[in-house]
Amino acid sequence: MEILDILISASFWAAAIRIATPLILATMGELICERAGVLNLGIEGIMVAGAFAGWMAVYSGTGLWVGVAVAMVVGMGFGLLHSVLTVPFGLSQHVVGLGVTLLATSSTYYAYRLALPQVTSPPKIDAFQPYEIPVLSEIPLLGQALFSQTPFTYLAFILVGLTSVMLYRTPLGLAMRAAGESPAAVAAQGLSVTAIRMGAVIVGSGFMAMGGAFLTMSAFDSFFFEMVNGRGWICIALVVFGSWMPGKALLGAVLFAAFDALQIRVQQTGFGADIPYQIFLMAPYILSIAALVLVSRRAQVPAALMVPFNKGER
Amino acid sequence: MRRWPMRLEPIANPSFARSITPPVLAIIATVVIASLLAMLAGANPFSVLGLILKGAFGSQFALLETLNRATPLIFTGLAIAVAFRAKFWNIGAEAQLYAGALVTVVLGTGALAWPGLALIPALAMGAVLAGAVVLLVPAILKTRFGVDEVVTTLLFNFIFLLFISMLLEGPLKDPMGMGWPKSARLIPEARLPRIVDGLRLHWGFALSILCALAVWVIQTRSTLGYEMRAVGLNREAAAFAGIPVNTVLVKTALLSGGLAALAGFSEVAGLKGSLTLDLSPGFGYTGIIVAMLALLNPLGVIVSALFVAGIFVGADSMSRAAGVPTYLADMMLATALLLMVLAILLTRFRVVRD
Amino acid sequence: MNGTAEVVLRLDAITKRFGKLVANDAISLSLRRGEVVALLGENGAGKTTLMNILFGGYTADSGSVEVFGKTLPPGNSRAALDAGVGMVHQHFTLADNLTVVENIALGVRSLKSPRLRKSESYIKIKSLSEGFNLKVDPHARVGSLTVGERQRVEILKALYRDVKILILDEPTAVLTPQEADDLFATLRLAISNGLSIIFISHKLHEVMAIADRVAVLRHGKLVAETTTADTDKNALSALMMGTAAKAPDIAVSVPGKTLLSLKNVSTPDVGNVPGLKSVSLDLKAGQIIGLAGVSGNGQAALADVVGGLCMPKAGVLVLGDKVLKHWSARAAVQGGIARIPEDRHKTGTVADFDLTENAILEGYSTAPFSKGGWMSWSKARTFAADIIAKYDVRCPGPDTRIRLLSGGNMQKLILGRVLEADPQIVLANQPVRGLDIGAVNYVHSQLLAARDRGAAVLLISEDLDKIMGLSDVIHVISGGRLSPAFGRGTMTPSRLGIWMAGQGFDAPVAHAS
Repeated sequence: MEILDILISASFWAAAIRIATPLILATMGELICERAGVLNLGIEGIMVAGAFAGWMAVYSGTGLWVGVAVAMVVGMGFGLLHSVLTVPFGLSQHVVGLGVTLLATSSTYYAYRLALPQVTSPPKIDAFQPYEIPVLSEIPLLGQALFSQTPFTYLAFILVGLTSVMLYRTPLGLAMRAAGESPAAVAAQGLSVTAIRMGAVIVGSGFMAMGGAFLTMSAFDSFFFEMVNGRGWICIALVVFGSWMPGKALLGAVLFAAFDALQIRVQQTGFGADIPYQIFLMAPYILSIAALVLVSRRAQVPAALMVPFNKGER
Repeated sequence: MRRWPMRLEPIANPSFARSITPPVLAIIATVVIASLLAMLAGANPFSVLGLILKGAFGSQFALLETLNRATPLIFTGLAIAVAFRAKFWNIGAEAQLYAGALVTVVLGTGALAWPGLALIPALAMGAVLAGAVVLLVPAILKTRFGVDEVVTTLLFNFIFLLFISMLLEGPLKDPMGMGWPKSARLIPEARLPRIVDGLRLHWGFALSILCALAVWVIQTRSTLGYEMRAVGLNREAAAFAGIPVNTVLVKTALLSGGLAALAGFSEVAGLKGSLTLDLSPGFGYTGIIVAMLALLNPLGVIVSALFVAGIFVGADSMSRAAGVPTYLADMMLATALLLMVLAILLTRFRVVRD
Repeated sequence: MNGTAEVVLRLDAITKRFGKLVANDAISLSLRRGEVVALLGENGAGKTTLMNILFGGYTADSGSVEVFGKTLPPGNSRAALDAGVGMVHQHFTLADNLTVVENIALGVRSLKSPRLRKSESYIKIKSLSEGFNLKVDPHARVGSLTVGERQRVEILKALYRDVKILILDEPTAVLTPQEADDLFATLRLAISNGLSIIFISHKLHEVMAIADRVAVLRHGKLVAETTTADTDKNALSALMMGTAAKAPDIAVSVPGKTLLSLKNVSTPDVGNVPGLKSVSLDLKAGQIIGLAGVSGNGQAALADVVGGLCMPKAGVLVLGDKVLKHWSARAAVQGGIARIPEDRHKTGTVADFDLTENAILEGYSTAPFSKGGWMSWSKARTFAADIIAKYDVRCPGPDTRIRLLSGGNMQKLILGRVLEADPQIVLANQPVRGLDIGAVNYVHSQLLAARDRGAAVLLISEDLDKIMGLSDVIHVISGGRLSPAFGRGTMTPSRLGIWMAGQGFDAPVAHAS
């Protein structure tokens, strides 16, 4: 059975983790925003901007990690814009989010055209290379899947851990979760809902941009238009699927990526060759919708998600 | 922790100046930002703006081009305006547009050999049905399973485009197309005629104006329009009063999907004559900007679609002349959208410093 | 109590205007250590505004706040907390999906500190809860607690911060009389430990029971300040209401035939809120049927069943002599049920609709407002104008957006909307919550008028005084179970309280209907 062979091969799982990494980063970003009560539909555009910014920085001569930082700062800039409009001004999170996606995408493409007016195919950079973690990478199957990735992937996993600890073990995380559950409770304890929510959106947007940057700096080594290709929207589905919990969302992203990796491989089998390739490309999106149908009824949505908070107004 | 230094205070009876100043400032700010961006590209901002205006409205050719470009935007703008009015977040107008285009080529390339007067309305009806059905799925997922329609409609765009791609490389592929993924051409009876002979403007434009008027009448005069507005403004109160909220949402979705599909019908039957994967350069998404700039008013959609189409057409010709990337147009529109929603808020609230 | 103890809190000539309205007019007030000062006043008298200024929610136009001799910076919500002032709001500020510990620990440690230290918080909460007799499980999710327990969490939140001054806003509104007594015992314990308390209320007997001094607010002015020893309930009542308002007199009614009857109706629990447990209830013509109970005990489920928002899981509904098979909000409206919803802002009206559009919210789909799918706006506007005139809705006209109206005028429009159709049954869910005394009396007189022309009125309220004052028969709801009917004048508040606490359902009790 070909599919079974695929499922027990280490290279398959290594690919799954690689495909999962940008989703993990961006999903954490969206999760942070939503836990504080703000839906961030800017995610798709912010990923595009992050993908370009990180790659462009490295292409201009900075180091790889500086490139990651540049991507993050650009993402945070768009996060600032989003949060100013949605938090203190309380504008529609749907409209602002889509507006930020349009703005981030178009300004990225504009910047690309300005920076590289002549080129027909985008230049390549020296991207992150896999780093085999000593000892751990020698574990059969698991070692190759988990511990022979690029440092960017390790960073993503570390960030999931940090996000989880932050949310559940620190006063700041408690305040963020409370801002997404009951902003009135946060205000009554003398904390600023506005500052907490804005901070969450800004940091979350930084994570999203890093997710985009992974595509140009680790998964590939160049920037293409349409390269994000709806991944941001899938991350929004993953947050719901993960019930707004970092661990579950990580699991969801890996499962999703495994499915994606599987469809790529099945396409190349004898059985897959008879099926139009578009069916395989559709599968991840259909899977996302199916996952939403399964969990939406019993999902524990943050009670104040998308509810603006205006003090003084009762 | 310091308090956020501002607060919004509602204005009970906004003066005329109050309701006009912020939107005007938003437009000025958009133009200023666009000028700065043009300067970044090394161009003279005044000549860039002039070229955009000239390219959009400066000649009969330009004007017709703008009207042609505005036509699908009026349809998708109406689709979004109808849906957003009921707070049904249809971000999938792109998929519904392609659904309309698909039905048009499936039935209009010879399957129905009827005279034009019968065939064209049949194609339009078919397109409306297809668009409605495509949006029905997210609507039912929302009302039955509580699945957020934002994500489903967004993902549907990707699914549907792949579906079209599959058909264009399979059963719908034009045998004469020299290998390109492209459908066969419509039969002549299926083509929308021009409104005036010799002028490159087809009846799709007239249909879009008609639809805008129809939607306006539905929203202000019909019982369904009242229901849709009530559901949009306060779903809980609507349900309490006995308005069948889910039914209204489904009806809204059908209307919205149908309108978006007409964009696909009109592009294929009026302009392109066949279906390709680049039929729509994002008309479905741009419809959101059109609708928001029109404050969701169906008649306003006509004006804002002309404005948005003008920017795109003007930017195309400006780009050829001045070498500034056409993406300037998208940036201007995204900026205008964000500034305009803020401006509208500021017509009703004042910012108070704490 | 102690006229010489140090002054811990001093409000000095606080003035706050909202447009033309003077919400606080040069109010001065002081609080001494170990003292309880009651702030007495009707809704809209300016109590909440004054406390919001103390907590930095609003900035006063003039005047200052001093805590322990130091002036608080205006408009800073943190300053009052840091100075040792805590407040228990009438509407609890708790996050349902977080635990008790999380709610209490929120914002106490600096946001920059790396550790939450939940176990330390747990130990401190445990000892406070034992020391002040505030029983609650610190690990419980707040959403799973009863209303009384939630209030304990609110008080613990303040005590956890070692507050020296505690402000309680209408704390007994959500408690049974027995729970209120427990609360008072806890407060006395806290006072003996040196706490000072501002007790906001409009209930005279509570004020007389707990306070040392009383400050009476009316229309934004401090109209009197006196010690409780030097006054009595009647004097306070006169001060609080002025001379304008008087409660309506109530004639004895003769019950008619049963208009709506619930037979063994059950509904599913929703989260922690109990559904109905085999409830039987007869709504008879010409009666006001009062439903007493602590909120969250099934009132919402009962209102939803009667109002057509949900179909019972078990049991039957009989309207007139028909057993109902299909039941919906629209069926209820068409079946002659006037529904006054609990929350007029969220469920009763559409804020951005004008008065005309709100007036036809229930009747829009039928003639004369709608024919063949099209609206007749002229008919709708006439209807709205009639309501405005007949029910004394103060507004610029039927084209005004309803969000610009006061709560009382909003409620009058709702009354007009539902009463104009001469309903057989009136479902009044918290009809006077948050209204000023004039509007309260108006609403009550309309309910009585409906009763007197033969309607059955189901009155749901958390306010025992109002239930006992208006109802011809009273049922108590607790944990989703309904008590037998008690006739007017047969029950004392404390006996009702026993039922509200859920006792009495299992013991055999003589029926008194």
